Amino acid sequence: MVERVYIFKRFERFWHWAQAALIMFLLLTGFEIHGTYSNFGFEKAVELHTIAAWSLVGLWTFAVFWHFTTGEWKQYIPTTKRVTEMVRFYTVGIFNGEAHPFKQTALSKHNPLQRLAYLGVLLVMNPLIWISGWFLLFYGSWASWGFGDLTLELVATAHVLGAFMILLFLIVHVYLTTTGHTPLAHIKAMITGWEEKH
Amino acid sequence: MLRMRSAVAIFAGALLGAVLSVTNLAQATVARQTAPSPTADHSKFKELQKEFKSGPEVTKACLSCHTEAAKQVHLTKHWTWEFINTEKNQKLGKKNVLNNFCISTGKNTPYCTTCHVGYGWKDDSFDFSSEANVDCLVCHDTTLTYTKQPGLAGHVVGQDMEFPKGSGKIIKALNLSNIAQNVGKSSRDTCGVCHFFGGGGDGVKHGDMDSSLYAPEKNVDVHMDVDGLNFVCATCHQTSSHDIPGSRYTPTAKDKGGAHMRGKSEGQNPATCVACHDSKPHKDSKNKHAVRLNNHTEKLACQTCHIPAFARGGVATKMNWDWSTAGQMGPDGKPMVKKDDHGHAIYDTRKGDFILGENVKPEYYWFNGGVTYTLLGDKIEKGDKPVGINKIEGSPTDGKSLIWPFKVMRGKQPYDPENHTLITPHTAGPKSDGGYWTNFDWERAAAQGMKDRGAPFSGKVDFINTEMYWPVAHMVATKDKSVGCNECHAKDGRLNGVKGIYIPGRDANPLIDKAAWLLALLTLVGVLVHAAIRIFASKKH
Repeated sequence: MVERVYIFKRFERFWHWAQAALIMFLLLTGFEIHGTYSNFGFEKAVELHTIAAWSLVGLWTFAVFWHFTTGEWKQYIPTTKRVTEMVRFYTVGIFNGEAHPFKQTALSKHNPLQRLAYLGVLLVMNPLIWISGWFLLFYGSWASWGFGDLTLELVATAHVLGAFMILLFLIVHVYLTTTGHTPLAHIKAMITGWEEKH
Repeated sequence: MLRMRSAVAIFAGALLGAVLSVTNLAQATVARQTAPSPTADHSKFKELQKEFKSGPEVTKACLSCHTEAAKQVHLTKHWTWEFINTEKNQKLGKKNVLNNFCISTGKNTPYCTTCHVGYGWKDDSFDFSSEANVDCLVCHDTTLTYTKQPGLAGHVVGQDMEFPKGSGKIIKALNLSNIAQNVGKSSRDTCGVCHFFGGGGDGVKHGDMDSSLYAPEKNVDVHMDVDGLNFVCATCHQTSSHDIPGSRYTPTAKDKGGAHMRGKSEGQNPATCVACHDSKPHKDSKNKHAVRLNNHTEKLACQTCHIPAFARGGVATKMNWDWSTAGQMGPDGKPMVKKDDHGHAIYDTRKGDFILGENVKPEYYWFNGGVTYTLLGDKIEKGDKPVGINKIEGSPTDGKSLIWPFKVMRGKQPYDPENHTLITPHTAGPKSDGGYWTNFDWERAAAQGMKDRGAPFSGKVDFINTEMYWPVAHMVATKDKSVGCNECHAKDGRLNGVKGIYIPGRDANPLIDKAAWLLALLTLVGVLVHAAIRIFASKKH
């Protein structure tokens, strides 16, 4: 029998998948608002994008609360230890059938590369998308907030830039889920919470 | 007896060469306007219980009580046909400006002044200080029987007369006594009889004003809706001292005054949308996008969304008038009129080619209310761009502009290629007068018209492309018919050519977009290659 370890807790899994759905929906509606393609029509796309954005705000409120009350925020403390090993694994080792150099545990679920990636997400991508998005939600209040000189073009462009970063993240993120001991292993773990040990 | 609007229709018909039939106008049924309850019954006034043989006689009777009325009218541009734009230092008004419809007054004055609020302005000898020459009835008639015959310089027929002379046609006298005893406030009928027919026919000039507004349905104009709010013109153009506000020479493009409070609207234009609705008119309780829409008022005139198209009442408006093709005779050697399938004249020997439009989407431009005219004598050059008969000003950054809807009238009209000026041709009038419409001789018509205005003329006539901008402010649609988000927030949308504004859905930074999509594609290719190598490698193992 394969040894299993419980990595992702119930709320965490819910958070992950709800966020995944919202982000993908935000990307879809967002690029329609941006004029990239047409599906719902601009008006409907804005409505849906706004609803999804507020839903994500709600979800994040819970997630932030959860991370701090459970101490799970520590999972995101960055480290540079063994990063080169990780890079070597993804560029060389993985092709030679080598074992993953990082051993996942409930107390340490992110490998060093993941930690660095999420640091980038937290420091660059999230502030960019959230701050610009927050401004876009309150377009009429800029002057009263003291940002009268801010232009829609600047804020919208920043938001689009953030969206592209999320898109890139999404592509890589989804691909890396297939790099477990079987292509669907990581995804299974994110659904059930249990990661099989090898 | 002919009703007044029919008479103007005949006037228009005379100009158009196609007599608009009375049945055509029957759709403009008697306006069911809410009767005001006046405190005076004019039929009880002894001054009016007599027979009147002319217009000025009636005016004298009016002035015997309304002692200041004529003096007030004398100060208005309805009387002077002159308006000084102090900001641009230009002398405007019908007396001075040119357009690209019937072009100008001048030598044609006795025909034009059919729509003057006076009696007898046929040439420069008209006495502008005469109080008796003020025409009270043209605005205050309520019987709809007050008519003015073109060519009589604004005089009315007080006694039966043959007109035109020698035609054998007898025009019956108006019942001036009855008209005088039934005076009241102005109405859509009295204003419309001239303003709906500007440019020589129904709906020709403005596009947002035509005979469909005599008694409009709600979807033609939400405020004038006969079964609803039933506004008359003066409900918005609220007038005191006979000086009607709402100028096309100096329009209010961005009203920062907010909604007017009684007694506190000193100096503000009462005819703007904002004067009643304020600049944040959308209410949360009625519209889920209220906040978002209110934000739009910083950049857009109300009209831009709320007047989705003009000429919406079933009356076509002229969009293009090419005078250069005038003069071609029909197969019988006589002047002809060609009509389209809708019965609209599209060619007239006297006037050239027309293009008409119904339900026309406006063009959109930044507009701050500044308008400069190309006046007679101003130097113009024939080039790629048409000459602006008027030029509108505006910019996204001047703090005074909004994006406005316009009817842009385009055409080709006579100009003097040696003096480089526009020409004010003599057009109307009997053959003996030498006007173009009876003689088809441009040089003669131009010479006479220019002489009348005291303007130099080289003797040569050429034609030049012109355009003229008319801000659209009437025919406000119901809110469900207003312009939707998707019509501007799109590539190739309504605001396609409007610069200086970032419109999500229309605009994007092309560099960022291209680079980012390329990067996304490379990333995708990258992971796929990575996956392929993995698969390949695992098979080897």
